[in-house]
Amino acid sequence: MKVLKIILFIILFIGFPQLKSDEKKNELKSKILKNVRCLICQGQSVYDSESEFALSIKLVVEKKINNGKSEKEIYEFLRKKYGDWIIYEPKLNKNTYILWLLPLLLFLLGGAIIYRNLIIKKN
Amino acid sequence: MKIKLKLFILFIFLSFCFIIFYKGLSNSNIYAPKVNDKRNLPNFEAKNFSSNININSKKIFEEDSFYILNIWASWCIPCRKEHPLLMKLSKNKKIKLIGLNYKDNLNNARKFINKFGDPYSQILIDDDGTLAIEFGAYGVPETFLINKNKMIIKKFVGPINQKIVDEIKLIIK
Repeated sequence: MKVLKIILFIILFIGFPQLKSDEKKNELKSKILKNVRCLICQGQSVYDSESEFALSIKLVVEKKINNGKSEKEIYEFLRKKYGDWIIYEPKLNKNTYILWLLPLLLFLLGGAIIYRNLIIKKN
Repeated sequence: MKIKLKLFILFIFLSFCFIIFYKGLSNSNIYAPKVNDKRNLPNFEAKNFSSNININSKKIFEEDSFYILNIWASWCIPCRKEHPLLMKLSKNKKIKLIGLNYKDNLNNARKFINKFGDPYSQILIDDDGTLAIEFGAYGVPETFLINKNKMIIKKFVGPINQKIVDEIKLIIK
């Protein structure tokens, strides 16, 4: 009985890191797939879609993760094949400057207006 | 004066919004990925349809000629429409046609080829659709034109038509 317990413990001990790593891989896979747009069923992410295209993308992403590719490398691969639009989060480039900088500018402008009003009130 | 300025700013803002949305109305709502057409051929391994042996892409595209890679499936109705044009194109000696059988039942694919003819010098199997992703495809049928430097120079989404065939012929001339 004692031997059995030891064997069970060893099996669990060996299997645990494997389970942990699979869990991490699945988390990464879900994270990537939620950020990839399904080009067939627009408005849905690949994660939510069951189209043939989405199923293939899911397989490709899984293969790349198992081959040790990073999140950034996988996005880069998909961008190369399908363009920037396939990723929900747009890259900072000449076409997306306004998109990225406008919230910051509005924030600064709002801050300046509030600051100015506060000073006026104080005076 | 202050109210006038505010109204002016509001007018400018609303005009700006109107122009943006008005321009948006004329845009097509069918999205086609904007990617550089010219890119290197991906390096891959695929199963041959008739021999079931794995072949490397370098071996598939080894000849010094133009290639067409056509993604097809027996269940794809538009593929039947473009097939006669592919048959015609296969008679051109300057170009070799490679078929990529996409997520298909092999028996049905064989029946399709027996019924409509085989325009391909080689057919590859893509049973899970991952090879099509390597090419940047997102459905069937899709056709890629590959030049002698093994670069993908054109991509045609959907079934090819006479206009596309003429365009291909002009490029390989």
